[in-house]
Amino acid sequence: MYKIAVMGDYDSIYGFAAVGLDTFSISEVHDAEKQLHQLAAADYAVIYITEDWAQKLSHAIDKYKEQMLPVIIQIPGVSGNTGEGVENVKKFVEQAVGSDILFSQNN
Amino acid sequence: MASTQVNPTRMELTKQKKKLQTAVRGHKLLKDKRDELMRQFLDLVRENMELRLKVEDGIRSANTNFVIAKAGMSEETLKTALMAPKQEVYLEIDKKNVMSVDIPVLEYKTRTSDANDIYSYGFAFTSSDLDGAVKSLADILPDMLKLAEIEKACQLMSVEIEKTRRRVNALEHVIIPEARANIKYITMKLDENERSTQIRLMKVKDMMLEDAHQFTEKAKVRAMENA
Repeated sequence: MYKIAVMGDYDSIYGFAAVGLDTFSISEVHDAEKQLHQLAAADYAVIYITEDWAQKLSHAIDKYKEQMLPVIIQIPGVSGNTGEGVENVKKFVEQAVGSDILFSQNN
Repeated sequence: MASTQVNPTRMELTKQKKKLQTAVRGHKLLKDKRDELMRQFLDLVRENMELRLKVEDGIRSANTNFVIAKAGMSEETLKTALMAPKQEVYLEIDKKNVMSVDIPVLEYKTRTSDANDIYSYGFAFTSSDLDGAVKSLADILPDMLKLAEIEKACQLMSVEIEKTRRRVNALEHVIIPEARANIKYITMKLDENERSTQIRLMKVKDMMLEDAHQFTEKAKVRAMENA
């Protein structure tokens, strides 16, 4: 039985507690990194993390890139959308094909 | 560009031929794998992008709803209201093998089946905006999980495609031409050796013939001298 975690600043994530996800509010990069590794080691299969925090923790997240679990997904925070999530999807295409042939003309 | 370290022997030739055969077969197989992965990846990544935009939109509007809800009530009330959630979401993980890439398949279960259990608070002290905010988040949750599944699949597949592509290129542009060049070099060298052996034999035969020819002449001379 796996669980789902949500990480980010408190204002962005407190609502997720209501729908049944475990929320972990973070405020400091060092602690956040430790928290992320702890969650990954525990039975959290999916970790949602706000885009601005994902940027700060990018090298910690990269560690889990080639593993099947946990799945780390970026979501927009309350302060807005950095476009990092969409950028990430474009990066997949770029990595696989060599250049972004699908979404480059969209914007 | 033949690497010069091959011995021009028959054994080496057989070895190189075998290597070429394996490389060609491997190249074909890897190319097929790459093409099939690519086909599935492109479908998946399109879906991924669509879903991501949808989820981001949903979360953004949910966030706005939460901000409005927060504005309508005190922070303590809000914190208390969401402190002890009734609902819990669990995941069952299965994995699917797509062209040797293991991708996760998520199936989610909620602790209670009652859809109203997302409201973990009494309605008396909270604003109705909070209900709407929580509802909007609950609505987007299935899409969020689907996104997690697809995005991970895309990530794993893109890594695998890159690896396979590199292998295909290495075989196509390095290993196979090298083996071909080696085979050509060895065959040429062997042919050359054969020709030189042939020539040598012919030469020896000539010399022997000449020797025999002169032998009779010398005998004649000797006979004349004795007479």
